[in-house]
Amino acid sequence: MNPTRIRRIWLIVLLLVVAAIAGTLITFAMQENMTYLFTPTQVKNNEAPKDARFRLGGVVCEGTVKRTEGTLDVSFSVTDRVNQVIVQHEGILPDMFKEGTSIIATGKMQGKEFIASEVLAKHDETYTPKEVQDAMKKAKELHTKSCGAL
Amino acid sequence: MLPELGQISLILSLLMACLLACMPLLGAQKNNSALMQTARPLVYAQLFFVVLAFGLLAYSFTVHDFSVAYVQRNSNSLLPFAYQLSAVWGAHEGSLLLWIMILSIWTAAVAIFSKQLPDKVVARVLAVMGMIAVGFISFTLFTSDPFTRAFPVASEGVDLNPLLQDPGLIFHPPLLYTGYVGFAVAFAFAIAALIDGKLDAQWIRWSRPWTNIAWAFLTLGIALGSFWAYYELGWGGWWFWDPVENASFMPWLVGAALIHSQAVTEKRGSFKSWTLLLAIAAFSLSLLGTFLVRSGVLTSVHAFASDPERGLYILTFLIIVIGGSLVLFALRAPNKDESGQPFTAYSRETLLLLNNLLLTAAAFMVLIGTLYPLFADALKLGKISVGSPYFGFLFSLLMLPLVMLLPFGPLTRWQKDQPSKAVKLLAPWAILAVVSGAVSFFFLKDSGFKTTGGVIAAVWILLGTFAFISSRFKNSGKRFTAEMIGMTLAHAGVGLFFFGVLMTESLSIEKDVAAKPNSTFSMRGYDFSFEGVEQVEGPNYVADRGTVVIRKDKQLVTTLYPEKRMYASGGNSMTEAAINSKPHRDLYVALGEPLDDKGSWALRLYVKPFIRFIWLGALLMAIGGFVVSFDKRFKRRNANEANP
Repeated sequence: MNPTRIRRIWLIVLLLVVAAIAGTLITFAMQENMTYLFTPTQVKNNEAPKDARFRLGGVVCEGTVKRTEGTLDVSFSVTDRVNQVIVQHEGILPDMFKEGTSIIATGKMQGKEFIASEVLAKHDETYTPKEVQDAMKKAKELHTKSCGAL
Repeated sequence: MLPELGQISLILSLLMACLLACMPLLGAQKNNSALMQTARPLVYAQLFFVVLAFGLLAYSFTVHDFSVAYVQRNSNSLLPFAYQLSAVWGAHEGSLLLWIMILSIWTAAVAIFSKQLPDKVVARVLAVMGMIAVGFISFTLFTSDPFTRAFPVASEGVDLNPLLQDPGLIFHPPLLYTGYVGFAVAFAFAIAALIDGKLDAQWIRWSRPWTNIAWAFLTLGIALGSFWAYYELGWGGWWFWDPVENASFMPWLVGAALIHSQAVTEKRGSFKSWTLLLAIAAFSLSLLGTFLVRSGVLTSVHAFASDPERGLYILTFLIIVIGGSLVLFALRAPNKDESGQPFTAYSRETLLLLNNLLLTAAAFMVLIGTLYPLFADALKLGKISVGSPYFGFLFSLLMLPLVMLLPFGPLTRWQKDQPSKAVKLLAPWAILAVVSGAVSFFFLKDSGFKTTGGVIAAVWILLGTFAFISSRFKNSGKRFTAEMIGMTLAHAGVGLFFFGVLMTESLSIEKDVAAKPNSTFSMRGYDFSFEGVEQVEGPNYVADRGTVVIRKDKQLVTTLYPEKRMYASGGNSMTEAAINSKPHRDLYVALGEPLDDKGSWALRLYVKPFIRFIWLGALLMAIGGFVVSFDKRFKRRNANEANP
């Protein structure tokens, strides 16, 4: 083989190795940081992970927001109008957090309760996240204001 | 009557754009100079009608013409005057009109400043920009007409989204769009060159200043957006790797790569095909950004309306532009015997090639992380979100070699050089950088590896850039061109930026507290005393205003008044953070919510060291981009001419 061809083969091997490393890194980094979204009904049906972090989407159930006076501890229920899950959170809730609006909480299950490290409600009625909208399509058909089963 | 006039003038501008897209192109193919010369008048006519339409929409806002549906939804009679104007681009329809107006302005600028170019090139470039205008104007007219009337007419408008009632909104979208659309110029030059089939260094020299200016505007737009999120959203973060932010960051990364590869192609003739491909990629990513943000695929403050018809239209447009230009590229890209001057393993070309690989790899990594959840959703793999650690980890991994290699670039010669020369020049500075990093690690309170990394990166890049200036000075007789000054400024900006990022990331303290009146909290030597909350009234809102007195060593530093506003038009409350800023730190206080009826409030208290360096660095990069475009060489017909 002539030297040009050898050099070219080396170049291709090098590129393949680099691409493989990059691919592996991207896959690992992505898997580590992917969080799936689940609805309260899916949580009830044990579809959500038991020990891993995930995102819980739904509506803040009316009349369930409770603060422990003088602290930042707050608890409320998230519902898809079929089932509900109790969420515990310590921290400041976002501006657009209101009873009856949709939110996404990130965290982990602890027993039957969801411990949220982050609560997002960037969106008002006009800007409901699409994922929550989809999750709530069923609820809309039910025409109910009930918060569903605990 | 006037809104109808606006619509008619938008239709006329579409007509002008259609003619512009066809006639000059036909003229260039047939060598018909009369047809080619229609390009400039058509451009000016299109600009005239677009500006007229834009002006009429703005006028409807200032006279509160709520019979126009768009005005009714995004304004109301209490809205302050400045926001009445910025509300024009506060939502979907108007922001598209702004996009079109900026495109028309860029096109007119190309028409004015291209006197020294051959008629054929001008005709083709302007025609390609006309095609883009056709796509966007027809999109606006057919799916998102801002002049549609509402029946019955409402007596009062809804309001501009309170989040957008801020000086940041006045400038953020126009700057960002100017950047996005500016890449259309480099794109049009690339397409024109591909159609022509003649790819000399000349066309790159013409498109270089445009790319630099576009990239500088994009830098300003992104930095302003980040700054706005920092003080307006009340979370104190400056970058969230949110899909919408990523959408603007991808064209920025590719644009930065394009600036460097254009320099190589212009000066050495190498990387021709690569430069063409990057020019296509930069603009395609700008379009993708517009698609992601405007189609409602993503939900955020920026995604105004989810309308499948609109999404489909932009997607089709995107496929035509990307697919068409790639096919053209495949057919007409220069083949091997046209490649430029040879270079060896250690040369400036190689270093710039590495720069390009790292920057495009970063853009690719962002692209995967941003699009993967969309694909997963479409393929029913579940609803996924990719967390910011993914982006943070891979981005730092890619930027590490970039920072290490950056000072070598300007010190290395084209074609062939001895690595030992640059190493000898830079070695003392490298040692100094490591020593100052070590000093910061052991002597700065609470510092970690990130702090050390920030100090090393900043000292290394700043001193390495300084080494270039001094070595240039010693080789007397050589002047500093605008291009070099711009490059030096931008590189220094990169150093300051990484310094700001790593210091803020590693040394920030963030605390959410439950504060009783007259309670005090200590963070990094600062005592925050919460004195209570009172009611105040603004022009179109009422607010709860907190008072927080900050002392250091018993000395008063400042008093901050964070607010929680309720706008008269109803809707949600808005957090207005209060910030005291010094170059070496920001003190940031935001009001949460009342916790009981005895005056206790949830408070957010942040100390953010060196955060201003992030935006200062970005500003320097942008200034660098502007300065480069003033280089005298770009004004000449031919690079070899001694004086213009």
